[in-house]
Amino acid sequence: MSLPPTATASLVEEVDKCLICVLRDGRKLIGYLRTVDQFANLVFQDAVERIYVDDYYGDIQQGIVIVRGENVVLLGELDAESAQNSKLTRVSAADILQRKQVQLEERKKSEQEERQRRLTMQREQPDIVDDF
Amino acid sequence: MILLSILFHTNKSSTIKMLFTSFFKTLVGKTVVVELKNDLSIQGTLTSVDQFLNIKLDDITVGNVDKYAHMVSVKNCFIRGSVIRYIQLPPEHVDTQLLQDATRREAGEKSA
Repeated sequence: MSLPPTATASLVEEVDKCLICVLRDGRKLIGYLRTVDQFANLVFQDAVERIYVDDYYGDIQQGIVIVRGENVVLLGELDAESAQNSKLTRVSAADILQRKQVQLEERKKSEQEERQRRLTMQREQPDIVDDF
Repeated sequence: MILLSILFHTNKSSTIKMLFTSFFKTLVGKTVVVELKNDLSIQGTLTSVDQFLNIKLDDITVGNVDKYAHMVSVKNCFIRGSVIRYIQLPPEHVDTQLLQDATRREAGEKSA
């Protein structure tokens, strides 16, 4: 199968630029794009995973990363000017991981509360459930 | 007319697969809104499309910037076709009659 020259909307032009890559699980990788192919498999050098929690972000060093194309959502060029104007605060890797953990626990807690609330509602009004 | 000329200049077998690509190529330079399967929606100027419907956008703006803080410092981007849910098109640049005709012509070619 020969591919037309436009294959992969020419990611070739983006090679060697510093890019942000959003993955299907919501993670964001930032690094220098070194290699691409027709599936959008990617190789990043000096990659970091950037974690955002509320108005803070932090970078986790990852080194060289190969991303299988199917996991790629989007690749964007970073604009230095708008990055400076943003209200986000940069924190250390340890700090952002700590904040992430706190956020996860808070979410878990509120989900559990919601589940509990529904259970009590069902117990108090069992006839509503019977209708279904 | 642009779409038709593209269709005539590609060979028969590839025409069938490439109808949408050819169609999106006629919209290069226009503003579109791309909604992704992760509910992120991005407005931008279409700059290129390929056979997988991977697309490139310029001058992008993102709905709900607070939830997608990482997108504020991105000005142009590549989106993998497989993660796209919808593309909102500018209706004034879409000739549905032409598209319908192209589809019929392909159906005719297939059965012939």
